[in-house]
Amino acid sequence: MIISVASGKGGTGKTTVAVNLALALSNTPVQLLDCDVEEPNAHIFLNPAIEETKPAQTLVPKVNYELCDYCGKCAPACEYNALVVVPQKEVMVFPELCHGCGLCSLVCPQDAISEEPREIGVIKKGTSGDGTIDLVYGLLNIGEVMATPLIDQVKAELNPAKTVIIDVPPGTACPVIAAVQGSDYCILVTEPTPFGLYDLKLAVEVLRVLKIPFGIVVNKAGIGDRKVYEYCENVDIPILLEIPHDKRIARCYSEGVPFANKMPEWKERFVKMMSQIEEYVYEQ
Amino acid sequence: MKQLTIISGKGGTGKTTIVGSFAVLAENKVLADCDVDAPDLHLLLHPEIIEREEFKGVKIAVMDKTLCTECGTCAETCRFNAIVLTEESDYTVNPARCEGCGACVFTCPQEALTLQERVSGYAFVSRTKYGTMAHAQLNIAEEASGKLVTAVRENARQAAEQEGCDLILIDGAPGIGCPVIASLTGVDLALIVTEPTMSGLHDLERILDVTRHFGIGSTVCINKYDINVENSKRITEFCRQRGVEVVGNIPYDPVVTEAMVAGMPVVEFSKGGVVSDAIKDVWGCIK
Repeated sequence: MIISVASGKGGTGKTTVAVNLALALSNTPVQLLDCDVEEPNAHIFLNPAIEETKPAQTLVPKVNYELCDYCGKCAPACEYNALVVVPQKEVMVFPELCHGCGLCSLVCPQDAISEEPREIGVIKKGTSGDGTIDLVYGLLNIGEVMATPLIDQVKAELNPAKTVIIDVPPGTACPVIAAVQGSDYCILVTEPTPFGLYDLKLAVEVLRVLKIPFGIVVNKAGIGDRKVYEYCENVDIPILLEIPHDKRIARCYSEGVPFANKMPEWKERFVKMMSQIEEYVYEQ
Repeated sequence: MKQLTIISGKGGTGKTTIVGSFAVLAENKVLADCDVDAPDLHLLLHPEIIEREEFKGVKIAVMDKTLCTECGTCAETCRFNAIVLTEESDYTVNPARCEGCGACVFTCPQEALTLQERVSGYAFVSRTKYGTMAHAQLNIAEEASGKLVTAVRENARQAAEQEGCDLILIDGAPGIGCPVIASLTGVDLALIVTEPTMSGLHDLERILDVTRHFGIGSTVCINKYDINVENSKRITEFCRQRGVEVVGNIPYDPVVTEAMVAGMPVVEFSKGGVVSDAIKDVWGCIK
């Protein structure tokens, strides 16, 4: 079973839900994939012992000047303007613009373009400090623009024999799709405020496009207004759990401590939410 | 003309709350909401759209099924897993994964694939009571949010020139990738909004690495600084070591959410309140 935790709006509590859910289920095999490769935070709460760090790479073109005759076919073929041909002198490559599609190498009539790997980040694998959860996360290098290939590489570590929980980056664009796709169910975390609601509606549209079933966790319940609840009722989206706006919970979060470890009654609530999700997924 | 980008690394630290208030406090400026996939600034500033243009970001591969022989060459070529065999054992393009590179178009022996333009979102120029605002909405599940950010910034720049404004206030997206970098290039200052949590500190380090990487001057403000004073001290000390100025500590106050529910910038909603005063101090420091 693959459960992703997403939100649209940032800072609503995705990592809180992902980490505490993983801990609540940790008497069964659990793997947590932190796909927020721009700003991963799950490891802060799990204190993992890192067992492996490996580079994440994409391919960029490499020009063999012994073969290149500066015909100029590669540059216009590239949809991302990552190549510029300076006649009789040079083929300039802009690696940050390159998506690694390989088309330049395909179109080159002289077979002068090969591809070489370029590091865009790292993947870290480990086990949570208490030894119960497998954690995999990606860390995008500073200055890199493309998170999607790194997210795909984090997901390549997915262990289908375990319950897999995916921490998804905020937003509604390509990195979110890359992280969420293939999930059996998605938990959307929101807060009961106008910003929370607006971005929740966008996230709901994403999941409808991807045809992934979903339910809502309302975090910081008690602040704001009732419009998130009204919306969920009107469009018939289940509210799986409410986490109150509570000083102790906020304090735990600020210290990097999973609140369910301090307030064990919450583990039961997360387990109950998981059974609800499982029931739904198996019914389908 | 000066450009100020408000970013955070971590989401939900209060970027838009602060930009909304700066919209009230700053004079002679244009606003730009560069969080194009989950924009929220309009919920505070209520823009009236005067210009709406289609945004064509990346193209998409379109398959003509009457020509396709199901040979599978396209799927082998595609690096983005955008062409897959569906249950009906037909090859189809998954628009959410297609990056519009055209490699499949090149390799298809039947010429069954073409690259076509698609509308990936809309860019808007709007009137608000606080001044002109450039903003956008990326369509669901789209690529190229960085390009749309660039389009929004270009609209803001043109508006600022036409109106003789000397400042552009930019609300950035969370993270450190494509849209964030697009909202930072060439700006005069980045104001980083953080919060005193371990996640906030971790994400602050990463976003400061990004601004340093691109040579952009940064200052930091700590929002909700009193929810964990120890962590606020750690952030202040960390900034001191990095040679980055902390230009303000904004206290936690439910009035921020109340203002959001009322759809108003907090400095307008709670005139003379502690949060409003703290935001005014931040503005006083950086203007």
